Amino acid sequence: MTSASKSEDPAQAASSQPPARGGRSFGDKVYLALTWASAVLVLIILGAIIVMLIHGSLPALRKFGFFHFLTSAAWNPVREEFGALSPIVGTLVSSLIAIVIGLPVSFGIALFITELAPVWLKRPVGVAIELLAAIPSIIYGMWGLFIFAPFFAEHIQPLLENTLGRVPGLGIFFQGLPLGISVFTAGVVLAIMIVPFIASVMRDVFETVPRELRESAYGVGCTTWEVVWKVIMPVTKVGVVGGIMLGLGRALGETMAVTFVIGNSHELNAALFMPGNSIASTIANEFTEADGEIYTSALISLGLILFIITFIILSLAKFMLIRMARAQEGRSA
Amino acid sequence: MDIYTRRKIINGVNLTAAVVTTALGLFFLAWLLWTLFAQGLANFNWALFSQDMPGPGSEGGGLRNAIVGSLMMTITAVVIGAPVGILAGAYLSEFGRYARISIAVRFINDVLLSAPSIVIGVFVYEIMVAPFGGFSGWSGAVALAILVIPVVVRTTENMMRLVPDSMREAAAALGAPQWKVVNSVVIRAAISGIMTGVLLAIARIAGETAPLLFTALNNQFFSLDMSKPMANLPVTIFNFAMGPYDNWHDLAWAGSLLITLAVLGLNIITRVLLRPGRK
Repeated sequence: MTSASKSEDPAQAASSQPPARGGRSFGDKVYLALTWASAVLVLIILGAIIVMLIHGSLPALRKFGFFHFLTSAAWNPVREEFGALSPIVGTLVSSLIAIVIGLPVSFGIALFITELAPVWLKRPVGVAIELLAAIPSIIYGMWGLFIFAPFFAEHIQPLLENTLGRVPGLGIFFQGLPLGISVFTAGVVLAIMIVPFIASVMRDVFETVPRELRESAYGVGCTTWEVVWKVIMPVTKVGVVGGIMLGLGRALGETMAVTFVIGNSHELNAALFMPGNSIASTIANEFTEADGEIYTSALISLGLILFIITFIILSLAKFMLIRMARAQEGRSA
Repeated sequence: MDIYTRRKIINGVNLTAAVVTTALGLFFLAWLLWTLFAQGLANFNWALFSQDMPGPGSEGGGLRNAIVGSLMMTITAVVIGAPVGILAGAYLSEFGRYARISIAVRFINDVLLSAPSIVIGVFVYEIMVAPFGGFSGWSGAVALAILVIPVVVRTTENMMRLVPDSMREAAAALGAPQWKVVNSVVIRAAISGIMTGVLLAIARIAGETAPLLFTALNNQFFSLDMSKPMANLPVTIFNFAMGPYDNWHDLAWAGSLLITLAVLGLNIITRVLLRPGRK
C-alpha cells in the first residue's frame, strides 16, 4: 500500500529522519532544500494556475457579473456579449452521456477480468484495455470525425430516433440533424475514452477484496453474480464511486476528441443529435482568434469554471479512493 | 418459476452482459487501430520525413518540420519537467514521507495529473505568451513540462518507496550522509522504475494537442528557433483534419499513426522495463 498512512513504526521513522548528530551535513541541507523546493513547486503550480485564471477572467466577470455570466446563453463576439450557459450545459450533458454509456461497460469489463476470465486471458485483456487509455485524444477525435460520426449518423441515430425518439416526453431529446456531428456523438466518443480509466480502477478495487470473503459467499451457494453484486460491490462501493468520479473528471476536461465531433455551435438545444459545444472545445476553437480583451477574458473565465468543476470532482474522487485504501489497510492489519 | 431457476437466469444474463461489454471494448480498440493502420500506412512514405508541410492547395508534402518541432518541444519539456519531478518524488519518499506538507503535495499532484490540459494551455498563455509578446516553442515546452511533472512525481515516489529500508540502513551504517544514501543507493535501486515514469510522461505528452494550441501555435515552415511559433504534430493533425484538402487528410492520418506508434511503443517498453521488478 502506498497511500499516506502515518505509521509510527520506529524503524521506518528512523530511515526517513535519521537522528541528526550535530545537525545535518552541508550536502544534506542542500539536497533537502532542493527536493523540498521541487515538492513545493507542485503546490506553487496549482496556486499559480488558479491565480492567473482568476486574474485573466476578471475583465469579463466584472463586465457581466459572475452570476449573469454563468446563466447567460449569449455568445456574440461582435457585440462583445458572452455567457457560459451553452458551453457549461454542453460539457455536463456530453459527460453525462459518457458516464451513462461508459459505466455499465466498465463494470462489465472489470467483472470479466476479475471474476470470469481464465488466468491466461486476464493479463492480455487488461493490457488491451489499458492501451485504449494510452491512445492520445486527438486520435479519438479524428477517428470520431471521419469514421464514427458517419457510421453513427447512418446506422445508430435512425435506430434511436425510431425507438427512443417516439417515446412521449423522452422523444424531444432524441431528435436532430442527420449529420453525426452532435452532442450525443461527443458523449459516445467520450465514453470510449473513459471506459479504460473507470474499468482499471474498478478492477483494482475488486481485486483488493479478500479471497475468504468471496469463497465464503460461494460456499453458501451464491452464484457468481450474487458474489459480485452482494459481496464485492458493498465492500468496494467507495472505491467504485471514486473511479467513476475520476472518469467523470476526465470527460469534463477532455478537449480534442470533443472538439472534432461536437459541432461547435453556441445554440442551446434539447435535442441531443444537434451540434453543440463544450467549455474545452469553445476555448480550443476560439482562443487564438479571440480579439479584444473581453473576448479573451470570457474564454479564460470558461477555463476557470472548467478548472473549478474538475478540481472539485477530482478531489472527491481522490478522497474516496484514499478512504477505500485506508479501509483496506484496516482490514489487512 | 422457482427461485433457483430465477437466480441462475439472472446470473447467466449478467455474466453474458459482462462478456459482451468486454468484447465491445476490445472491438472498439480493434476498430480504432485498424482504421489508423489502414489510413496511416497508405500514406506512409519517405516524403513524410523529408518534406515540410504543404500549404493550402499545394500537392504532396510531408511532416518533417512538425516531427522536428514536436521532438524538440518534447525533449525540452522532459529536460525541464523530469528533474523537478524526480526531486519532488525523492522528497516525498525520502525526506518528508510523513511531513504534513507531503500530504498536500501528493493530493495536489494527483489533481494536476488529471487536470484538463487545455487549462494548462490557458495558464501558460497568460504567463508566457501574453507578457512576452507572441507564441513560441518555449512556451509550448513549458506547457508540456507542467504535464510531465505530476506523472514523474508519482512514479518516482512509488518506485523509491519499494526500495527496502535495509539498503538505506546499510548505507547509513557505513557513514554515508543522507544525500549520498538517496543519490547512490535509493535512486540507483529504483532507476528502472523512475525511467518508466519518465517514459510514461513522454507518452502522455506526445499526443497532447490542447496545451499547444495557443502556446506553440503551429508553423508551416521549418524552424529550429524555439522563440518563434513552432510546428508540431498534434496541432498539425488537428488543422489538417479540419481542413478541406485530401492531401491534408492523408497527412493527418499518417501523423496520427506516427504518434500512436510512438505512444504504444513507449508503453510496451515501460511494461518490459517494469517486468523484473514486478512480483
